[in-house]
Amino acid sequence: MDANAPDFAAASRAALADPQLRGNFRRAMDGLMGKRAAQFADAGEWHGVRALAAAVRLRALAKLPELLEKLEENCTRNGITVHWAATTDDANAIALDILHRVDAKLVVKGKSMVTEEMHLNAVLESDGIEVLESDLGEYIVQLDGTMPSHIIMPAIHLNTKQIAHLFKRKLKDAESREDAAYLTDLARRVLRAKFQAADVGMSGVNAAVAETGTLCLIENEGNGRMCTTVPPVHIAFMGLEKVVEKLEDVPPVISLLPRSATGQPITTYVNMISGPRKDGEKDGPREVHLVILDNGRSGIYADPELRDTLRCIRCGACMNHCPVYTKVGGHAYEAPYPGPIGKILVPQIEGLEKRGAMPHACTMCNACVEICPVKIPIVEIMGRLRVEAVKPGGAVKDGGAKASRAERMVWSGWAAMNASPTAYRIATAAMSRLGNAAPSSLPMLKEWTNVRTKPRFAGRTLHDLARAKGIPDA
Amino acid sequence: MDHQPPKPTRVYYFGTCLVDLFFPDAGMAGIELLQSQGLTVVFPQGQSCCGQPAYNSGYRADALKVARAQLDLFPGGDPIVVPSGSCAGMMKKHWPDLFRGEPDEAKAVQVAGRVWELTQFLVHVLDVRLTDKGEPVRVTWHASCHAQREMGVVDEPKDLLRQLANVELVELKREKECCGFGGTFAVRHPEISAAMVGDKVADIEGTGAARVVSGDCGCLLNIGGALEAGAKAARGQHIAQFLKERIHGR
Repeated sequence: MDANAPDFAAASRAALADPQLRGNFRRAMDGLMGKRAAQFADAGEWHGVRALAAAVRLRALAKLPELLEKLEENCTRNGITVHWAATTDDANAIALDILHRVDAKLVVKGKSMVTEEMHLNAVLESDGIEVLESDLGEYIVQLDGTMPSHIIMPAIHLNTKQIAHLFKRKLKDAESREDAAYLTDLARRVLRAKFQAADVGMSGVNAAVAETGTLCLIENEGNGRMCTTVPPVHIAFMGLEKVVEKLEDVPPVISLLPRSATGQPITTYVNMISGPRKDGEKDGPREVHLVILDNGRSGIYADPELRDTLRCIRCGACMNHCPVYTKVGGHAYEAPYPGPIGKILVPQIEGLEKRGAMPHACTMCNACVEICPVKIPIVEIMGRLRVEAVKPGGAVKDGGAKASRAERMVWSGWAAMNASPTAYRIATAAMSRLGNAAPSSLPMLKEWTNVRTKPRFAGRTLHDLARAKGIPDA
Repeated sequence: MDHQPPKPTRVYYFGTCLVDLFFPDAGMAGIELLQSQGLTVVFPQGQSCCGQPAYNSGYRADALKVARAQLDLFPGGDPIVVPSGSCAGMMKKHWPDLFRGEPDEAKAVQVAGRVWELTQFLVHVLDVRLTDKGEPVRVTWHASCHAQREMGVVDEPKDLLRQLANVELVELKREKECCGFGGTFAVRHPEISAAMVGDKVADIEGTGAARVVSGDCGCLLNIGGALEAGAKAARGQHIAQFLKERIHGR
């Protein structure tokens, strides 16, 4: 195994050993699940709006190449410069080119998961450019030197007390006050000055409208609006799947997203960005750029089953409802996208050599599938990636990277036993007689019996009992 | 109901491998519950496993081999009743995918379409009325993920438990949350699985129930084993066995 490969098992063990972290997630996720459920108390309305949003995303993906061309054409007409990036390196290079051209020293950013995927902040910092996250949660994790633990609520792993400590350590003049309003005000004062001084503002995109060339960005803090209107240059980043066909496709997406994510009926801010400042206008950026990132997405698009991964609108509700995510938190995944969507998206982007374990960090409980607002068959894709991980070749990067001859033999043996009634009878008879003598120190039993008693073989199988009771066989 | 379809007189029973090895009495109880409604229950002795373990582990060819070995055991059109939401879900929902493009796809789809989870069948097809002869007891219900989300079984088992006059059903706070079994997940990620079953055990303890009743043996191995290992008062039991004991008064 690659020594640098993320080790989910080890990271999750560390997370589980942190009672503060577990408590923070349990409380936060229980709250979010309750708020979401209240939003969709009317099951009929939920099924209707969900079907509509899923249809919007399906239609967009069905025509993706055509819509992307249309998006470029209409953005260009609106004065937005469109850049295509095949890889994250390309995207970072595009960003650096623009920054160098305008001699940028300070960048303010609104929340963008694509730039997390690109590790853009590290790239900018190593180039000597100051970069400041302006979403409060993202600002907190940046101060803390970590990464978002949730795609919508980046600092959800921390409580007020921990944030107060962090601010006290990192911000001069900070008082040690565990008061959310005080801490928010403190961050706001820091950020306000930076917005005014920034050379470039950066943001993500929630939906890009092909027919109008409009970038839609939703947010709650106004920082997104500041980043996209105050600095003289705005650079927006999107994965190529974020395009929708028409303006009327936007409402179902921006309604379902906050309702699913945080249980809000709508976000505080809805920004529709349709180009740079025009002659005679008093505000807005002089330049607007749109960087459209592929980074493996066109490969995902090429497979009709895996393509459904690209329906995602990044609401993060799957994380809130995932019994694994809610136990270990987002950092354990060591990936820009944690939780259920991360477990299917990240292995496809980064390959199964590095990320082949991710699709197994799942009980296949389907809680995510039940609440996904665009009906992504997350667990089916998870199952498909488990196949790809042990099958050389195939549609996913590094297919077969987790193939193991020993595992292969175990399943062949299992199949031989279960596909022949005679073999099955002999094997189950042997297990019934001898199975309970197996020591708890055996592999698998050892892990099992850490917190459970050993499964007890009953001695006689149901086959035996049914035969003894004269239950007909045919 | 006026428009109830005629009740079948004969059903097949697919016992599942976990019931076979670990909970055969629960399996027999399911058969007897069906017999008590006047049905002929056929238990094909050639049956083994639905194929789910390999299917979910990425070994689809092995899963197919095992699933295929079951296909000819259920000729005709009689319903196939399964005392497990997870195995029923594998057969009903995943067999059509597993056999896609195979020469026996049509047969697999036909068999899949006849699969019922036990409590679903008792409620919706047999419309059973249970008479409780047991002592007063408080129980809680653990809903398996696949029963809920693949078979759509949510209220049926609780409706059956509520028919029992001396049984007080106290629902879990987080009834829909996975217990952490997940097949090989429990041994691939033992610490996370332990944390999950730990939360489940705490939830069960909070109800004050003497028993946690469930319809899936994977969950029961996990939750029951954790209750025992933690020396908790509650014990796990399969719903078929619980119902049978109640209507027989022991």
